[in-house]
Amino acid sequence: MSFLHPDFWIGVGVIAGIYGIFALGLQINVGFTGLLNFGQAGFMSIGAYTMGMLVVNGGWSLWAAMPVAIVAAIIAGLLVGLPSLRLRSDYFAIATIAFAEIVRYTFQNAAFAGGNQGIIGYDEEWRRFAAWLSGRFAALGLGDNSQLPLFFAVWVVFAGCLIALLLLQRSPWGRVLKAIREDEEAAAALGKNVLAYKLQSLGVAAALAAIAGFFLALNVTYLYPGEFDPTFTFFGYAVLILGGFASYGGIALGTILLWTLIEGLRFVDLPLSSGQLGSLRFVLVGLVLVLLSMLRPEGLLGRRAEMQQRR
Amino acid sequence: MVAVAILLAVLRGPVETGQATLTGLVAAGYFALGAVGLTLVFGILRLVNFAHGDLLTVGTYVALGMAAAGLPFWAAAVVGIAATAVVATSLDYVVWGPMRRAGASTLQTFLTAIGLALVLRYTVQFFAGSQVRRVGLDVVSAVNIGPWHLGTLQLVVMLVGLATITLVGLGLRFTILGKQMRALADNMALAEASGIDTLRTIRITWAVAGGLAALAGILYASAIGSINPNFGVTILLSLFAAAVLGGIGNAYGALAGGIVIGLAQEWSTLFFNPRWKPAVGFAILILTLLFLPRGIFGRKRART
Repeated sequence: MSFLHPDFWIGVGVIAGIYGIFALGLQINVGFTGLLNFGQAGFMSIGAYTMGMLVVNGGWSLWAAMPVAIVAAIIAGLLVGLPSLRLRSDYFAIATIAFAEIVRYTFQNAAFAGGNQGIIGYDEEWRRFAAWLSGRFAALGLGDNSQLPLFFAVWVVFAGCLIALLLLQRSPWGRVLKAIREDEEAAAALGKNVLAYKLQSLGVAAALAAIAGFFLALNVTYLYPGEFDPTFTFFGYAVLILGGFASYGGIALGTILLWTLIEGLRFVDLPLSSGQLGSLRFVLVGLVLVLLSMLRPEGLLGRRAEMQQRR
Repeated sequence: MVAVAILLAVLRGPVETGQATLTGLVAAGYFALGAVGLTLVFGILRLVNFAHGDLLTVGTYVALGMAAAGLPFWAAAVVGIAATAVVATSLDYVVWGPMRRAGASTLQTFLTAIGLALVLRYTVQFFAGSQVRRVGLDVVSAVNIGPWHLGTLQLVVMLVGLATITLVGLGLRFTILGKQMRALADNMALAEASGIDTLRTIRITWAVAGGLAALAGILYASAIGSINPNFGVTILLSLFAAAVLGGIGNAYGALAGGIVIGLAQEWSTLFFNPRWKPAVGFAILILTLLFLPRGIFGRKRART
């Protein structure tokens, strides 16, 4: 497969869109509320696993399981946030990292989540829908790439979430979030319940993480803990810093850039094993984080004025 | 801790408790030595070093590589420790120093630390592979101490760990360098005003933190017998737990916190399936953050 082949770009598009949705959630926390949420991958796995378990163990319909799984992720967000949002920002970051690690550890070891074998067989209804959609696309002459329906669904959902967040950010609610980011005491002095707003921000992030988790689950066809490693939170941060902090629109650019870099590595003509290529991807994400944090901390498209307040 | 040990001995029998305590003291060494570097760096630079766990990984893999190349294990360990000290100090020259001068925000330093963690861990994995690697030491022979049983290697790990904890404690208490480090952790401006060369002390702190991290990793690998490149990051949260429990920034506290975590994880196996051992570290971390954010040895500060 060559760099210009549409199948390559559809593959990049699917994973980029998933991490775009994931990073939209981080953006409302980090860029617009000033919360260092380092546990986003934990919410993603709670969403995906709740969906998978409801369908496979509970016999639910996939479409009914999704909203319930979103609610589960939001509840997890509130449970994590309620005690830990009272902590200093660095302790909050550590607490959320610990939360994500606990989630991974639980799913890996608990019998109800299938342990290391994971969960399989939750995506039958999606496959049927995707086959129908695939037929429509073929009729329109869009080709028969099997990932095309997922690509389409992911980006439609991304666009919907993006528009909703842009509208929210312009609402009075969004302005309170920004006020909290700039000066928590001042917002509190104006009678705003800072904790409640932070919890709501975390809840929105958790819901978006859950949605990203559904798509990730549909993309890999079976759920296992390795696919939801806490490290993936920082792929989200790499998207944020590439696209720019405090900018929702930048995320689309950031995520496409990141995943083009990551997936494009396979075209680099080096005698590497697939394991080494995998390692190199993580090194690349690490370098993106280090170099941009040092050289352009507001991100490629970020607004420096928006990110200066926080120390 | 002694009271808890007696209670456990009554509840679960002295032989079982004694066995878990011995194993716990083996673990105490690597938790304490890993945590002390983490806490020193935080105390002095206000930097939560998410890459600290991966310094354990780097040191251990360098040591194993040297041993595989034919060096005797103790010499390979020394090379690993020295190499990690150099890596940690160089990162201060290249990354942390410039960021301090630029007045970087919390978010910037956190993301940089996490980026460095990824670079270190996956560079190791790039060269060494992700598979589980045996340490290649004698893990079979064992000694009996009364009714208790301990691998010879684990006994060595325990003794080296406890001896180094004592040495680090004494060094911090009595040497000029130790005093300078604690002075910086306490109040950077005051330390600088009283004539301490702060930059030099910072660089030496990084070297000490890196060297102790490597030693902790080598002790861990020797006690467990096999590792993969993720082992450093998997015990990072237990190291955080030890550091926070001891009052973050407090070096003696981290040493004590490491001993508590090591014992608590092993004691938990008297009641639960050992696979939940790491959960004890998570639980202690979360509970300390929520209820005792200054830690058990942290002093109340008038200013923050």
